Amino acid sequence: MEYLLIIVSAIFVNNILLAQFLGVCPFLGVSSKLSTATGMSGAVCFVITLATVVTYLLNKYLLIPLGLTFLQTISFILVIASLVQMVEIVLKKVSPGLYQALGIFLPLITTNCAVLGVALTVVTKEFTFGGEAHMLNLGEATVYAFATALGYGLAMILFAGIREHLALSDVPKAFKGLPVALITAGIMAMAFLGFSGIV
Amino acid sequence: MEDRKMSNKFSLITDGLVKNNPTFVLVLGICPTLATTTSAINGMEMGLATMFVLILSNIFISLIAPMVPDKVRIPTYIVVIATFVTLLQLLMQAFVPDVYATLGLFIPLIVVNCIVLGRAEAFANKNSVGDSALDGIGVGLGFTLSLTVIGIVREILGSGSVFGWKFVAGDGILAFVMAPGAFIVLGYLLVLFNKFLAKK
Amino acid sequence: MASKSSLKNMALCLSLVCLVCSALLAVTYAVTVEPIAAAAQAKTNATIAKVLPAFSGDPVLGTVEVEGTEYPYYKTDTGYAVMVTTSGFGGPLTVMVGVDNDGIIHNTAVLSHSETPGLGAKCGTDEKFIGQFRGFDPKAKKLVVKNDGGDVDAITASTITSRAYTLAVAVAVKASAVLNGSAAGSDAVTGASRPAEPAPAETVTDNGGQENE
Repeated sequence: MEYLLIIVSAIFVNNILLAQFLGVCPFLGVSSKLSTATGMSGAVCFVITLATVVTYLLNKYLLIPLGLTFLQTISFILVIASLVQMVEIVLKKVSPGLYQALGIFLPLITTNCAVLGVALTVVTKEFTFGGEAHMLNLGEATVYAFATALGYGLAMILFAGIREHLALSDVPKAFKGLPVALITAGIMAMAFLGFSGIV
Repeated sequence: MEDRKMSNKFSLITDGLVKNNPTFVLVLGICPTLATTTSAINGMEMGLATMFVLILSNIFISLIAPMVPDKVRIPTYIVVIATFVTLLQLLMQAFVPDVYATLGLFIPLIVVNCIVLGRAEAFANKNSVGDSALDGIGVGLGFTLSLTVIGIVREILGSGSVFGWKFVAGDGILAFVMAPGAFIVLGYLLVLFNKFLAKK
Repeated sequence: MASKSSLKNMALCLSLVCLVCSALLAVTYAVTVEPIAAAAQAKTNATIAKVLPAFSGDPVLGTVEVEGTEYPYYKTDTGYAVMVTTSGFGGPLTVMVGVDNDGIIHNTAVLSHSETPGLGAKCGTDEKFIGQFRGFDPKAKKLVVKNDGGDVDAITASTITSRAYTLAVAVAVKASAVLNGSAAGSDAVTGASRPAEPAPAETVTDNGGQENE
C-alpha cells in the first residue's frame, strides 16, 4: 500500500516536471518529436533509478558515518557523471540495440537536474507516505526514483504528442517555438494540479 | 583606442543583460527560473546565488584552463563548479539560513545549471581572468534581472503584492504562484521579448 | 592552448583540482560549522520563545512517546514546547506547540511545511487561523476542525492543511499531558525513558518492520 502511495504521488501528484520543475531544459529541448522524447524518457528512467540507488548507498555508508554530508552535492554529481559514462560504455558492449536507441541522449543526462534533484531529495527530505514522517529506506527510495522517472516520461511523451500537432498549426509569429510550448506546458501543469490531494 | 577598450569591457556586462540574456534569449537554466520565482524577492535571491557561483567559477576556470588537458575538461569544470556551489551552500546555511530554507533544493542544483557550465565552456576557458569575471557579472546580472522580472509578474498576479508590499487586499490569482503560472508567465514574457526587444 | 591529453597529464590535472577543491571546502566547512549550528539553535530558541510564556534558563531537549511514536520537545520552567510532524496537503507539516504548565496552549508556530503557496501555506501566516490556538484550552474546547465537529476554524479552501495542523496541536497536547503526568515522579529528562522498555515481543516486531532498510 505504501509503495502504491509513493508511485501515485510521484507520477501524478508531484510530477517532477510539471510540479517540481526538475529537468525542464531537456523537456523543452527534445520534446518536439515523439520518438526522441520516448528515447530520452527511457534513458532518464534508467539513469535516475540507478543513480539514486548508488548515491543513496554512498550517502548512507560513506558520507554519514564519516560526517561528510556537506560533500553530498559534489560527490553526487561526480557519481552521476561517471555512472552515465559507464552506462554508455556497458550499453555499447552489451546491448548495441538499446545503445542505438538511448545512446545519443546519455551524455545530455549528466546535466539534467532531474537526476541530481531526485538523488538529493531522497537523502535530504522526509516523506509522509503511510502516516509518519520518515526518511525513505532503500526499497522506498528505489521505488520513488523509478516512479518519479516514469512521471517524467509520462509528461514528456504527452507533451511531445501535443507539440507534434502544434508544429502543424498556425501560431502567431511571436508565439512560435518555445513560448507556445511553455504556455502549453502551463496548461498541462494545470491539468496535473487536479491530481493534488488524492494521496 | 583606450575608449574602445573601455566600451568593450562595458559591453561584456551589458551583453548578458539584453543581447545574450540567459533566460529570454538563450533560454537556459529554466528549472530554477520556473521553480524559485514565486515572488520577486525569491527570484532575485536565486539570481544572486547563481551569480556568485558564476563569477567565482568563471574566474577560477579561466585561471586553470591553460593547464587542463582537453579530454578531462568537462569533469574538471564540474568539480570546480560543484566546489563553489558547496561553498555557497555552507555560507548560506551559516549566514542566511532563512533564504537557504526557501530556495532549498535549487541551491545545490546550480551545479547542473547549464548557464554556469555553458559560460565556462564558451567564455571562461578562452578569455582572460578579468574578462571572465566581467562576463560572470554580466550574465549573472542578466539572470538575476530576468528572474526578478518573472518573480514580480507572478507576485503581482498571484499574491497582489510587489517585493512583499501588498496593494490588493486578500489573495491574487493563486494559479500564478503555483506551477502552471510559472510556465505561462515565462511563455508570455518570451512572447513580449520576441515582439519588442529581440533584434532581427 | 590546453596541455596534452596524455594519461599522466589528465590524472595529474584531475587530482590537483580535486586536492585544491577539497582543501578549499574543508577550510570553509571548518569556518562555517559553528555559525551554522548557532544559526539553527538561534532559530529554534526564537521559536521556543515565541510559543511559550517568558521563561528563565535554557530549554532542555527530550523526547516523549505518545501512542507509540516519539516526539522531541523542549522543557522550560513555564511549560513544554513539543514538535510534531503530521501529513499535510503537500507533504510533512512540522509544528511547534507551546503548552504551559496549566495545560493551556500558549502559542503555535510552523517549523517547516510544503503546502501550496497562497492556500495551505497560510497556516504559517494567517492570523485568523493561528490566533485561535492562542490561549486555547483543550479541556474546554475540542481540538478538531469545525467540519469534523470540533471548535477550530479551518483556513478557507485548505481543510486538509488545517486538519493536519490541528492534529499536530492535539498530539502535542497529549504529549504535554504525558509529560505533566510523569514530571511529578522523576527528574527533568524523564519522558523519553518513561514508558519503560517495550516488551520483548514488541521489539521483535519493531525490527521486523525495518528489515527492508
